[in-house]
Amino acid sequence: MSMVIAGVLPPFTWNLWQDIQAMLHYDFMRQAFLAATILSLVTGLVGYFVVLRHQAFAGESLSDVAFTGALGGAALGINPLASLLVCTIAVGVAMGGFGERLRGRDVAIGTVLAWVLGLGVLFLSLFTTHASGTGTGFSGVTVLFGNILGISTGQTQTIALISAGAILGLLLIARPLLFASLDPDVAAAQGVPVRLLGLGFMVLLAVTVSEATLAVGALLVFALLLLPAAIAHQVTSRPSSALALAAGLAVLITWLGITIGFYTSYPSSVCISLLAFVSYVAVVGSKRR
Amino acid sequence: MPIVFADLYSPSWDLVADIQILLHFHFMQNAYLAGTLVAITAGIVGYFMVLRSQSFAGHSLANVGFAGATGAVLFGIPAVIGLFVAGVCAAAGMQTLNLAERHSRQSDIAIGAVFTASLALGYLFIHLATAEYAASVYDILFGNILGINDTDVSIILWSTLVLLGILVVIARPLCFASLDPDVAAASGVPVRALAFGYLVLLALVVAVAVQVVGVLLIFALLVTPAAIAQYLTTRPGVAVGIAIILALGFTWLGLAIGYFTPYPVGFFITTFAFGAYVLVRGGRFLLARVGQRRAPTSLWSKGGEA
Repeated sequence: MSMVIAGVLPPFTWNLWQDIQAMLHYDFMRQAFLAATILSLVTGLVGYFVVLRHQAFAGESLSDVAFTGALGGAALGINPLASLLVCTIAVGVAMGGFGERLRGRDVAIGTVLAWVLGLGVLFLSLFTTHASGTGTGFSGVTVLFGNILGISTGQTQTIALISAGAILGLLLIARPLLFASLDPDVAAAQGVPVRLLGLGFMVLLAVTVSEATLAVGALLVFALLLLPAAIAHQVTSRPSSALALAAGLAVLITWLGITIGFYTSYPSSVCISLLAFVSYVAVVGSKRR
Repeated sequence: MPIVFADLYSPSWDLVADIQILLHFHFMQNAYLAGTLVAITAGIVGYFMVLRSQSFAGHSLANVGFAGATGAVLFGIPAVIGLFVAGVCAAAGMQTLNLAERHSRQSDIAIGAVFTASLALGYLFIHLATAEYAASVYDILFGNILGINDTDVSIILWSTLVLLGILVVIARPLCFASLDPDVAAASGVPVRALAFGYLVLLALVVAVAVQVVGVLLIFALLVTPAAIAQYLTTRPGVAVGIAIILALGFTWLGLAIGYFTPYPVGFFITTFAFGAYVLVRGGRFLLARVGQRRAPTSLWSKGGEA
């Protein structure tokens, strides 16, 4: 879609205000900005806890699970959002069930992930042999890399609804979760239900990752989940400012990335991810000196 | 292609005849040869990956292969070179970023950052390459084990021999450094250099294997056999042996069943591996329960939660 439109797009001028107006003139761009802003907010907030709890691998695996779930839904003719929500929540709870022990956790996640990827291959082959040419416009590449410029109004509404729920849930458990993440032993001694909180967080993560993966692809989800939060974690150790910084950075990077993508006709998910990566490397590098 | 052959040569309960059918075609001989070589290296390297809790690094390096392969096609260089360069760069990036991080005891953030960047670059390369090329993305992601030619086999053979040679040399200190990094460092083992060396080795093994089994499935051969082996024994030598045998078994079985059915080989390999893992974990758990009931102080009750 972005490729076709690129031919008639307005050129970039150095009058930034006019550029933004020209960009937002298009309905699909307004839609993309709206959806991307909501998604960056929720991934930035959830991502901070992912970084704090060292669950990057779990987060990444969940977006691969979402990939498989969506493909499975498509192959079996079930609604992709429903099937991937069920898959990711089930796998997320299973991962949370492995407990708070760091040692051996990655192996368990990895083993489950390996099988889920194998299932994805099966669904992909089923999907391409039985359902290709039906014109659903759904392909494996879309799920992996997404197309934020192709979001529909209905999708934006779903995103807004699920994201609002996720943010609300996160704010409700934020304080005890923070305590349980920073010092699980002391928190458990104080009577905080550490295990239950861990499970609850995995469900939140699963819901966030799956709705976002369906909308913008696994690549962008993981970039927005991890990198802004990692930068915030480097810059400040105060949780409240780190949370705000992570969400703010996620939104800022997304806006910049979409704008660059719009004026250069490169895929916006690539622009956003690379921008986030370069910022992260710059922050880590400057901290070292 | 296998669908057509399956009509001509359908499986029977005569296993010898089945194996003859299986190895009748040259492409299947190549598939078995390449699969065997990849399974052996993956079993050994995977054991260290599990021991060092570096599954995420392994998964990420496998995905880095995606950027390497697509980039190689875009710049017109051989895929092997693209895979090697991308893998070594990614290993270096992970190591540098992790050491520079403020909280560098857990390396998952640095790995995740490199992972994101490589995935983005891979997608950028597809975008820049021509449209018809996008179809072969699936080959890179999922591998094409039935499409391996003689040149591929010889490349895989030589790189496997070199990698195994390096592994034999560093196996002892690496094992020491993985099990107890602090004591190893105190006795003069170059722990940091070994960590980097191992990441590069992992990247190279993945680069070789990606051409056979694809970005998404090499990870299954790395992690699952080693995870099962770790459940069965704590002795490193025995565990490596078990991991190799399991990796070989899953690959051979997966290839055979994938040949006789229209479904992808990778699905069968990962499913057998996962099934065995669940079986071993479940069996271990049940044995622990039974042992606990009979004799509360037996060895099983101690090992059950491991």
